[in-house]
Amino acid sequence: MRKNLYNVGAIFKGLSITFGFMFRHKPTIEYPSVRKQHAPRFHGLHELRRYADGKERCIGCELCSSACPANAITVIGAENAPGDRRSPGERHAARYEIDELRCIFCGLCEEACPTDAIVLTPHFEMADYRRGAFVYAKDRLLVPPEAGVGVAPDERPGGIPGDLGRVEELKSTMDIERGYAATWRGEALKTNRKGLAG
Amino acid sequence: MILFWILSILLIATAVWTITASKPVYSVVGLLAHFVALAVLYLSLSAEFLAVMQIIVYSGAILVLFVFVIALLSSGVAPFSVGPNRLPKALVPVMGIVIIAFGMLIYAVSRTSMPAPTGQTLGPVGSAGVFGSVADFGRALFTTQLLPFEVTAFILMVAVIGVVLLAGDAMESSGSAAQAKQVHREMREAILREGDR
Amino acid sequence: MQAFVATLNAAPIWLIVLIKSAVLLLVVVTTFAYAMLFERKILGWMQLRPGPNRVGPWGLLQPAADAAKLILKEDLTPKTADPLIYRLAPFISLLTAFSVYAVIPFGQSSSGVWAIGNVNAGILLILAITSMGVYGISLGGWASGSKYPLLGSLRSTAQMISYELAMSLSFVGVLMLAGTTSLGGIVHAQERLWFIVPQFLGFIIYVITAVAETNRAPFDLVEAETELVAGFHTEYSGLRFGLFFIAEYVNMLTVACVATLLFFGGWNALFGLVMVPGVIWFLLKVGAFLFFYMWLRATLPRFRYDRLMAFGWKILLPFATANLIVTAIIVAFRG
Repeated sequence: MRKNLYNVGAIFKGLSITFGFMFRHKPTIEYPSVRKQHAPRFHGLHELRRYADGKERCIGCELCSSACPANAITVIGAENAPGDRRSPGERHAARYEIDELRCIFCGLCEEACPTDAIVLTPHFEMADYRRGAFVYAKDRLLVPPEAGVGVAPDERPGGIPGDLGRVEELKSTMDIERGYAATWRGEALKTNRKGLAG
Repeated sequence: MILFWILSILLIATAVWTITASKPVYSVVGLLAHFVALAVLYLSLSAEFLAVMQIIVYSGAILVLFVFVIALLSSGVAPFSVGPNRLPKALVPVMGIVIIAFGMLIYAVSRTSMPAPTGQTLGPVGSAGVFGSVADFGRALFTTQLLPFEVTAFILMVAVIGVVLLAGDAMESSGSAAQAKQVHREMREAILREGDR
Repeated sequence: MQAFVATLNAAPIWLIVLIKSAVLLLVVVTTFAYAMLFERKILGWMQLRPGPNRVGPWGLLQPAADAAKLILKEDLTPKTADPLIYRLAPFISLLTAFSVYAVIPFGQSSSGVWAIGNVNAGILLILAITSMGVYGISLGGWASGSKYPLLGSLRSTAQMISYELAMSLSFVGVLMLAGTTSLGGIVHAQERLWFIVPQFLGFIIYVITAVAETNRAPFDLVEAETELVAGFHTEYSGLRFGLFFIAEYVNMLTVACVATLLFFGGWNALFGLVMVPGVIWFLLKVGAFLFFYMWLRATLPRFRYDRLMAFGWKILLPFATANLIVTAIIVAFRG
């Protein structure tokens, strides 16, 4: 009987806890309108960079392809034609395709690349209705000439580049912990929410 | 009066449906409709308490048990197979009994003097003093009709105890309870032994 | 305005009842829609989520979106189902859920009680109609022709019969104190003191049995997701599922209304604030009770089935009987 009475007390204790939770801060990140702060070296969609003169960095060496643990990268190299030099060296990538459904976003291609041509950007929103749409060829991987040359991971200003925007920039690339904490506690999000109502 | 005819037709139709339905559940649904129509008929006769009790006791409790048993026993949807010739054969004696019963009923009704209609049948149903109200019904039940009421309750009680005795005896003689306990104990021990390894 | 009232008074009784029913139906359905949103919001907040907030400001258009979704969904009938009963069951549920509102009074004015029908045996009628609600569930579960719904319907039948007894007994204490079975009379008897005070035990029993009667957590064994997928309505989809869903919420609303009428003084004002209309008080009390329901659902885990039955028969029923006897003795001695 005493045990049963204790149980009745437990019901009220539980009720008080749930009541208190109603007024707590909700850690939910309301995704499309508020975005989570990523670590500066977040591994997202790939990008093929250019040199400042507009030439492609990729020399078609296929090192990324052989480094890829998921066999997601297909590179077919070709000689540069004398009149139409795509890259500074002798060869360029005639075809460069990444199957993003196979990709595990490990970043080994990035490390294998001798010319820093392939990099992983923080962009991660790639949803589509067809599987075929996830095979990214050069037309989507290569930075368009008007968009500059692309940013190497170690050149990033510690924060996230413009496409994710609207998030607080971090003081240094090493400050990942603070970035994470700021998101978790909702401080960074609160400041963002004001600008993003609705 | 229109209500009476509608209800009468509904009552007979649902009663026929109850006996002739191909699946037991259809019979239950027919019986349910029958009880509800009967309750409405009681209401139209200002027997308010009777109407409510009709629904609470028959529809709300007894028929639910029917559904329970049917769902437990015949969870398959296969319909009954009644022999094709059974119904016509049964019809002859049944019709005979029905005709005799109706004849007796008509005779009895013609011999009884009916109270003149008060014209209040559909008025303020159930306030105290009006025929069939809850208050009057209760008062009658606990004063003038107390003995029959209690005797009925006692008979029902005896029936319940009898059922419990019959069912309980069968269970004990088969020894299934003790057996189940033994199996349960062995299983527990087996689980405990498994846990140690 | 006066002319309007005059024509209304001259209208035949069936027209008035029809208008009243239409208005009430609209009110109840709207309340259902927002009770559902309210519940999802409350559950969200208690689980540290924001709750639905995508459709309209603060998610206020969510009920409309849900309704559109349910209407557009495909209506499936399993091959093994019994087509007639399968289609009939949701309507039984809905019909019994709504017809209770014919006798529930919401307020009082000088001309009488605000209800479609002011019946003297109101509370008995409510009991009668709600006791029919089990058919929708048990027949629907049986007719689905698959095992989880069947288990759900068996559970619901046993559960509802067991808890209805204790529930009826918890009513009787109130009826004895009020000396009437008319809901208006019961509210009138609580003008000085709400029956929750003298009938506290009865109230506790009523709250518990009401949760069981409406098949809601922690007594939602009928549709226990983790064991029975969705219980009796596993096979139902689209609008037919929607009907069951509406019936469940409307039943919840009914139970809240009955609790308000029997234990919280109905439309009697709190703290002597009589300038606030009685209907507002009534709705506030109903709302508070609904909130308590949702609060319970967010807090308590589901009962085990054998414990549920044991609790109903071995604890609730004896306590309800004891409460009844004690109340009867007190009422008898007081005159």
